[in-house]
Amino acid sequence: MNKYKTELMVGVFVVLTIGAILLLALKVANQTMATEGDTYTLYAKFDNIGGLKERSAVKVGGVTVGRVTSISLDKEDYTPVVELSIYQQYADFPETSSVSILTSGLLGEQYVGFQPGFSFDGVANLEDGDYLQDTKSALVLEDLIGQFLFNRGSDE
Amino acid sequence: MKFFQSIGAKTLAKLSTAGRAALMLFGALVAVPKFKNVSLTIRQVYVVGVQSLLIIIVSGLFIGMVMALQGYTILVDYGAEGSLGPMVALSLLRELGPVVTALLFAGRAGSALTAEIGLMKATEQLSSMEMMAVDPLRRVVAPRFWAGMISMPMLALIFSAVGILGGHMVGVDWLGVDAGSYWSIMQSTVEWDKDVLNGVIKSLVFALVVTWIAIFKGYDSIPTSEGISKATTETVVFSSLAVLGLDFVLTALMFGIE
Repeated sequence: MNKYKTELMVGVFVVLTIGAILLLALKVANQTMATEGDTYTLYAKFDNIGGLKERSAVKVGGVTVGRVTSISLDKEDYTPVVELSIYQQYADFPETSSVSILTSGLLGEQYVGFQPGFSFDGVANLEDGDYLQDTKSALVLEDLIGQFLFNRGSDE
Repeated sequence: MKFFQSIGAKTLAKLSTAGRAALMLFGALVAVPKFKNVSLTIRQVYVVGVQSLLIIIVSGLFIGMVMALQGYTILVDYGAEGSLGPMVALSLLRELGPVVTALLFAGRAGSALTAEIGLMKATEQLSSMEMMAVDPLRRVVAPRFWAGMISMPMLALIFSAVGILGGHMVGVDWLGVDAGSYWSIMQSTVEWDKDVLNGVIKSLVFALVVTWIAIFKGYDSIPTSEGISKATTETVVFSSLAVLGLDFVLTALMFGIE
């Protein structure tokens, strides 16, 4: 009877732990399964990436369609090259699509906003390894303030 | 002359203590494959783990609640009370879960282990086991060591989960943070392998340190009532200090440099 009780309580302990793991896995942590799915790679060159980091989200109208996998500097023209992994389920973006670096909220983290272009005859879809041509750099607050002050100065 | 001799004697004593601790751990680790020890280990998981469950759940709940309360009063000034979820979850998973569990475990289970083994030594149960050709390292030390290693990560996970629910209770149900943003911002911030698994690795390291210290202090205690009381105190003091110090090192290694 005593041994039975011990084993019963240890069983309850194990079940509680599994419950905790399930809660942490399903409700607390983001599922890594979704990010480990099939992806294809696109590249984009920006003049300035601001505070963009690896693993930042790539969003189309607020929906996450991929992640930034690496950021490097082009050796020839010294501009940042951002490697984007887009989930395979969101394939078939037209070649005329554009990307820009946006900020969520006033002080939030930066992400890549992906603007699908129009598709009409003669426009191919983006393939694995393509470079996105139309890119808009991050807004750097210091540059904006500088510009504002410069304009004020020249008005007077 | 006397001065150098005392330094030498102290160093040698410390080294031989470390050596005995390592030998004891090695003896206990070698004893894993013994199948009949499994039921002994389950018995010890009950003593060490299940009986610590209540204190872990209650402290986890209250720590989660108090963090939500404190975090809310600061975050609401910036209109960022939606970030309450990730704040509670990350600090629990990365730091408070493993550390507070290890501290409570050292006080609740570690001291009991030391006293138990020390008393076994004082009443010469360990030497009579040796007389009967039963290896006390296998019979007494190994099951307790493995029970500690198994229980601590489980307790830390339960602690974090209960704390997050406690934070939900205060943050969402009482202070009126939006439940959707509590969970969804938490979900987009917390990463399974980076945050949850690193917390489990932390608590495994703490489990090793705390149970090792507890068992060794008991095994190596002077077999008198005074010696056992000293060993029990030292267990709690040393393992708490070791946990806090190691936590800094582990945090620096895991989260310090991106």
